[in-house]
Amino acid sequence: MDPTLPVWARLHARREWVVFAGVAFVTLVLVPALAALPSEGSPIRLPGHLIPLFGKFACYAIVALAVDLIWGYAGILSLGHGVFFALGGYAMGMYLMRSIGAEGVYRSELPDFMVFLDWKELPITWWGFQHFAYAASMALVIPGGLALAFGWFAFRSRIRGVYFSIITQALTYALMLLFFRNDTGFGGNNGLTDFKRILGFPIHDPSTRIGLYVVSVAALLGAYLLCRYLVVSRLGRVLAAIRDAESRVMFCGYDPAAYKLFFWTVSAMLCGLAGALYTPQVGIINPSELQPANSVEMAIWVAVGGRGTLFGAALGAVAVNWAKSWLTVAFPDLWLYLLGALFIAVTLFFPEGFAGLARWKRS
Amino acid sequence: MTVRVARSFFLLMAGAAALAGVPAIAADLAAALRNLGDPRPAIVSQAIVDLAALDDPAALPTLRAFQEGKLRIDAAGSLLVPGEDDTFVDAATGTPITPSGELRTPIVNNRVRRELKPTIAQLELHSADPAVRVAAAGVLMKHLRPEALGPMKGALARETDSWVKSRLAVGIAELELHSPDESSRLAAIAMIRESGDLALRTDLQALLEPGADGTPAETSEKVRDAARATITSLDRKQLFVSSAANVFYGISLGSVLLLAALGLGITFGLMGVINMAHGEMIMLGAYATYSIQRAFLAYAPGAADWAIAVAIPAAFAVCTIAGMILERAVIQFLYGRPLETLLATWGASLIIIQTVRFFYGAQNVQVSNPTWLSGGVEVMHGVVLPYSRIAIVIFVALIVGALAATLRRSTVGLEVRAVTQNRAMAASLGIATRRVDLWTFGLGSGLAGLGGVALSQLGNVGPELGQQYIVDCFMVVVIGGVGNVAGTVFAALGLGMVNKLLEPLLGAVLGKITVLVFIVLFIQRRPQGLFALKGRAVEG
Amino acid sequence: MNISPIQNPRRAFAAAIVIAAAVFGLAAPGRAADKDPIKVGILHSLSGTMAISETSLKDTALMAIDEINQKGGLLGRKIEPVVVDPASNWPLFAEKARELIQKEKVAVVFGCWTSVSRKSVLPVFEELNGLLFYPVQYEGEESSWNVFYTGAAPNQQAIPAVEYLMSPAGGEAKRFVLLGTDYVYPRTTNKILNYFLKSKGVAKADIMETYTPFGHSDYQTIVADIKKFAGAKSTAVISTINGDSNVPFYKELAAQGLKAEDVPVIAFSVGEEELRGIDTKPLVGHLAAWNYFMSVDTPENKAFIAKWKAWVKKNNLAGGNKRVTNDPMEATYIGIQMWSHAVLQAGTTDVDAVRQAVGGQVVRAPSGFDIVMDAKNHHLHKPVLIGEVGGDGQFTVVWKTDGPIRAQAWSPFIPDSAKKVADWTYPWVCGNCTEPKYK
Repeated sequence: MDPTLPVWARLHARREWVVFAGVAFVTLVLVPALAALPSEGSPIRLPGHLIPLFGKFACYAIVALAVDLIWGYAGILSLGHGVFFALGGYAMGMYLMRSIGAEGVYRSELPDFMVFLDWKELPITWWGFQHFAYAASMALVIPGGLALAFGWFAFRSRIRGVYFSIITQALTYALMLLFFRNDTGFGGNNGLTDFKRILGFPIHDPSTRIGLYVVSVAALLGAYLLCRYLVVSRLGRVLAAIRDAESRVMFCGYDPAAYKLFFWTVSAMLCGLAGALYTPQVGIINPSELQPANSVEMAIWVAVGGRGTLFGAALGAVAVNWAKSWLTVAFPDLWLYLLGALFIAVTLFFPEGFAGLARWKRS
Repeated sequence: MTVRVARSFFLLMAGAAALAGVPAIAADLAAALRNLGDPRPAIVSQAIVDLAALDDPAALPTLRAFQEGKLRIDAAGSLLVPGEDDTFVDAATGTPITPSGELRTPIVNNRVRRELKPTIAQLELHSADPAVRVAAAGVLMKHLRPEALGPMKGALARETDSWVKSRLAVGIAELELHSPDESSRLAAIAMIRESGDLALRTDLQALLEPGADGTPAETSEKVRDAARATITSLDRKQLFVSSAANVFYGISLGSVLLLAALGLGITFGLMGVINMAHGEMIMLGAYATYSIQRAFLAYAPGAADWAIAVAIPAAFAVCTIAGMILERAVIQFLYGRPLETLLATWGASLIIIQTVRFFYGAQNVQVSNPTWLSGGVEVMHGVVLPYSRIAIVIFVALIVGALAATLRRSTVGLEVRAVTQNRAMAASLGIATRRVDLWTFGLGSGLAGLGGVALSQLGNVGPELGQQYIVDCFMVVVIGGVGNVAGTVFAALGLGMVNKLLEPLLGAVLGKITVLVFIVLFIQRRPQGLFALKGRAVEG
Repeated sequence: MNISPIQNPRRAFAAAIVIAAAVFGLAAPGRAADKDPIKVGILHSLSGTMAISETSLKDTALMAIDEINQKGGLLGRKIEPVVVDPASNWPLFAEKARELIQKEKVAVVFGCWTSVSRKSVLPVFEELNGLLFYPVQYEGEESSWNVFYTGAAPNQQAIPAVEYLMSPAGGEAKRFVLLGTDYVYPRTTNKILNYFLKSKGVAKADIMETYTPFGHSDYQTIVADIKKFAGAKSTAVISTINGDSNVPFYKELAAQGLKAEDVPVIAFSVGEEELRGIDTKPLVGHLAAWNYFMSVDTPENKAFIAKWKAWVKKNNLAGGNKRVTNDPMEATYIGIQMWSHAVLQAGTTDVDAVRQAVGGQVVRAPSGFDIVMDAKNHHLHKPVLIGEVGGDGQFTVVWKTDGPIRAQAWSPFIPDSAKKVADWTYPWVCGNCTEPKYK
């Protein structure tokens, strides 16, 4: 791509920008409007329970972007992105817990589960989380920091491929065990829940909900543009070269580990952002988000949508989760069969996912 | 608390006849035996104590029948001991009797069981069979009661077997710790020290503990010193024993890990792919065991103990076939795309889980241990090596041996090693690599099936069984390195050992997390595992 | 069911809300027609790890609803069950609960098993003024305006069980091992028991408290520790080990030769359904404390079991004639009966009216007792039964309370909760207060 073009032109062709604007209009303006403006009972009104659902999908789509960024463009399959998602979620959850104040069950300034464990003061890990800005930055810094440390170890010793994938599984498994412990200080199995308000707004109020949804979608669109910018930049093209022939890139004088580490950390921070937006919308964050299976599912969103195409990945996350939401009600017994078949079918027959299918049809 | 505990217990005693007076200690055997049938638990307990005091082995058949829940009481209140062919013997007289009216069974609860056990053991010391006496002395030692002192001294006097003698001497010493005579207390402590029996440490400790008034239970300074010295010597032994036990637990956990991960290690080494459905192969093996056992219970209940012997080849066959189907249907098309294989096999695992759930239900199923694998051998006080675990360690050793022999000595093994080391070169030398892939994948899955047989003896058998072990399997493979059985063996045993050594220090959870962190750091030093193959082809 | 929230149009959320700022007040929804079926939500996991336990509660609920429909329904309307699957995923519980109340407009929900799933849906029920019947024994420390608890609180299970162990019939235990899976129910139960044992004069050194992670399967070290701890004094193990870890635990007990008469284990989470997956022969004599056992010999229970067997057969449910009944199933059944009686009494399915009517309802339970719903704390008065495991996978009742015991939503043994009162009647009207709301 011609580096002399203006940034917006490098990201997308004009026609693609129109599609992007269309999506942004529908998700950012139309959906909230339909949820809020028509009176209750009106046929065009969006039912209230759909808004948090859509907000959740937006968070998952950000995760899919993050996974795609490193899988689709760096060839690193992470089966542990649930870790970064959960850490972001916990950081926000800690803020939400702190902002309950003394309205908890035990009427204490401490979160309920601490009172319950007979703790007399706030552990050091919780300090500062009463400030939204601190918590929000931690939601990015902690996943980013962990990713940096983990990636530094892993990429430096050139761990890759399947090896890397299963070590990320171990990472999420270890963190799950750690967070399950009550003594770790993050609420154990129950995790953090019973939130009351965010930034002073009551968290269960429909308008807050719409607000959170709008923020999530805006974050999704922003994350998309960021990822798109990264992958079309020189940085991104070196990365793709590493994916395709790491040794040759190395012999050209580049340090592949540094490039990988940068993208890996960005990816983790995006996941943290998604987690932070997810927690207030679903109202609970707990170690089940860290189950190894959850992280594997994240990879399938990307595979279904089409890895290496950011738009496809985000779409894949929404599609799979929509199907899950519908099928677990309609055919609870069949859901696992379908999910399993989806894994196999996508890898065997549509290695490029929806996006690949669309491209193939066009040609 | 609004609960009233003791009272309502009596309501449960069906047909509680209100007896007028509570008989005092029964003077003779017949009376004591009769009291066993009393509906009031306190009197039953007293009757057992009385029978112990009488120390008459004639009461044995009745007590044994009582313990086994075979004793019956007829309408006339006579106690009936079942003889052969539905006949009954009157407990009090020992003569055959025809029961009158409806029979009822006296209730045996934990308290009665607890009292019956030492009493029966004490009476069995009269047995002519030395083996019975040896067993009885063992039981008696675990359930010492001060009342048994007299009968035990009597038994020691007439005992001929040296082992029984030494056991009885220790038991008597334990009771004599509370003797009013200082010299017998000192002699008892010396006896305990000589025996080195760790179970007695708490008794010695009790002598030194300050009571309510602040002074130790033991008044004599001399005895206290002797007790302290003995405790120190016992502690030294205890340390040794618990380290030995930990080593065994580590080996035992390690061999379970090894069994689970062995097949994964082989296929990973050969094909460079991780089979995420490996855990499900373990699960299928466990379900095969369950099915075989159920078939045995249905058609040959007498031979049910040997179901597991049939289950071993059956599970191996089932999982080998399942593995080969998986290879042919999915994996062979993904050759050279290991990351996609990861996802596709994960999908396969979901389908297998749901299928098993569909046919067997979501509920765990029951796999019982054969009687010859139940229980264990107590090597030292508090250290029991269960037969099932010993059997698994041996089983794993046999499998590893057989596998190593196959890989080293057979033509197939040669081919497998060749393909593992350099696929392209092997292919150009005329080895049908796809066929080797198929067979190796089958073998790896079959080994997982054997793991399933073993795990069914230790824990749950449910559709999610495999998921519990899959991450552990990954860890073993990562540490062990690819394409090397020895690496997998060392990694599994090492992990088991480290886990068990950390568990007492950090608790089960933190121990496990520490191990995982350790692995991530370890990978730093040796990215290809413990026993990486030397060669350029491995880098791929 | 007027659930429309009155919104404040000025409550915009940061700059991001461009649209939400223009929200208008909303009109109330129209009432359902009088002859439409009454919708009832059933919120139990049918897939995932909890499916093992929760599926049979869904079946029980369907059976109880069918039974009411056979008799002509309620208020001349049929009951229509709406079954959803939250798939053992805690956030999904909240999402499905919202869907049931907002989209399906159900009159009541029967559901949840784990504490975390209940905690997850609680804010939804309170926000939307729904009604939840929760059928599982739990850790207490809670009382909600929108929830009726038909399972046992700790004083209806744990404390009587320990009193039994300390009694002569139970073996006069002097030392206690509190062994549990590391989550909130075992933690709370053991916390209460610690205070309770202390009040009974048991020294700290005579209590051993150990937690294992979820799905823990290697109990070698722990069982060896128990053996060492037991030593000479008579010892009992109080197990709050969660479902899946029980099999390896009991197998290890048997393998290391710890018999029930040496060290009895009393479990609070092992019932008939769990025993189906265990070979019970080595477990004979170990104990469980519940409010109901399948082996209870009453005409009501015989009828209940017969109904269940017929239902299983008619619907060809998985497991067939091996299906058993257990305590949470009884609790589900009682809950549905109470709700239906309350609807009849209130003459409507309106949540507020039904809630008032549920308090004080009496049902003759399968356990043979007349069970009352406490209008004050929303918990049932329940009898406590202790059963010994038999070789056939059933329990023999060895002890039971004289009558039902009132639940203590807040344990008097926990200093932070001792002064708390759960009383939803005037003048308290509060589930978590130290003084009445209205004086």
